[in-house]
Amino acid sequence: MTDAWFADANPEDPASGAHRIREGHADAPADWPAVAVESGFADDEANYYEKLRAATLTAARDAVAERERADDLQLAHAVRSMDDAERTANELAERVVEWAGTLYEDVPRGLDGVRDIAARDPTTAGEERVVSYATRAVDLLDERDDLRTFIEERAPDVAPNLSEMAGPVLTARLISLAGSLERLAKAPSGTVQVLGAEDALFAHLKGRASSPKHGVIFTHEYVRGTRPQDRGSAARAFAGKLSIAARIDYYSGDYRPEIHTELAERMATIRARAEEGDE
Amino acid sequence: MSDDGLPTGVERRTFDGRERLSTQGPTVYGEPADADGWRAWDASRSKLGGMLELGMDTGLVGGETVLYLGAAAGTTVSHVSDFAGPTYAVEFAPRPVRDLVGVAEDRDNLFPLLKDARDPESYAHVVESDVDCLVMDVATRGQATVAIRNRQFLADDGRLLMAVKARSEDVTADPDDVFDEVLADLESAYEILETARLDRFHADHLGIVARPK
Repeated sequence: MTDAWFADANPEDPASGAHRIREGHADAPADWPAVAVESGFADDEANYYEKLRAATLTAARDAVAERERADDLQLAHAVRSMDDAERTANELAERVVEWAGTLYEDVPRGLDGVRDIAARDPTTAGEERVVSYATRAVDLLDERDDLRTFIEERAPDVAPNLSEMAGPVLTARLISLAGSLERLAKAPSGTVQVLGAEDALFAHLKGRASSPKHGVIFTHEYVRGTRPQDRGSAARAFAGKLSIAARIDYYSGDYRPEIHTELAERMATIRARAEEGDE
Repeated sequence: MSDDGLPTGVERRTFDGRERLSTQGPTVYGEPADADGWRAWDASRSKLGGMLELGMDTGLVGGETVLYLGAAAGTTVSHVSDFAGPTYAVEFAPRPVRDLVGVAEDRDNLFPLLKDARDPESYAHVVESDVDCLVMDVATRGQATVAIRNRQFLADDGRLLMAVKARSEDVTADPDDVFDEVLADLESAYEILETARLDRFHADHLGIVARPK
């Protein structure tokens, strides 16, 4: 009895039952309608089902709204923040290393140098400032790593097929560039192919350049790891399947193993051209 | 049950000059409806519709309590709730549940649950015991395991109506091998009463009627 979704729920308030529907659990089902009538939660069976209906509708509506709110936009913000954190950390690092070089003899270059400085014990007022500044930069690097972990954990829930195909970070970038998973799902695959290459695309549209072969998807091994003369084909095939994956993720949410196999086969075919030696 | 093996509340009626399955209820997905409120049940968009269309003996008579796993946006479960009694609809993905809620809003006996069918404890506090019929259409690996885990909801004389999607288990394997494996796994908890390939409506799907052991 204590396991039932309506235990402790206010019979007149669907929201209280809805909360238990979402959060509760039981080891086994029971004859809940009878239990509800016996315990006085419902007047009779028909009244029980009316209450169950109101509570399940509220629970499902709330859960959907929460999951959707939690989902694609959070990923987009997280990946933009991750990029900001990294860019800013690099900028700070440059300054830290340059400054620290005037105070210490042995400063490693780049981000290693920042971690090295942050770990030192300052002895003068000047050293104190540069070590403190380095500490901020290190915090920012840690934040970047935490953001990446967050993206890696969350993306497979939001977009299982895209995450499998492109990896969690590239998935988040594509969602961010498109604006949302919905807009990514509704974009033609040619758009997906050049997301992130807007400058090159507009240069092309103004007649100043050839059309870009790829945007941010270049960061994926499927494109970058393919020899240059086949990269256009690889990018087109990859973008085509990404586009399908985005639609499945947005409209159904099922994981579909077959599209991943198909893409792997297509990529193998494109790459086989290099081995055959045709130009 | 009516004479043609269909549950009460499911009828063959003529839509656009073609005889099709239909149920009586508010329309959901742009399916044709007639003046009496009957709406066509598209067997090529519904595995259970396919099983009925192929004449499988589902044991459904109308009015039963149903647990439906893999309800998606509610296409099939809307027809089920038209002829069944209390109908619990479990779906895991949020986007389709948004549509499912819309379908449930138009019906009194359909209860949508955003839950994972692989984790029955997460809805055992809501779904009642001894349901008459467990319908399963989940596109996930381990479909037999899901059926076995959800056996606890089903009455001893109830029916499992299941559509197995071969490609969800293993894309590369021969569907027949996949089906044999799923059926062998099911045998631990269910007695298989009937199977039929649904290929006329759904490629590489097997329809299964079973009852608890």
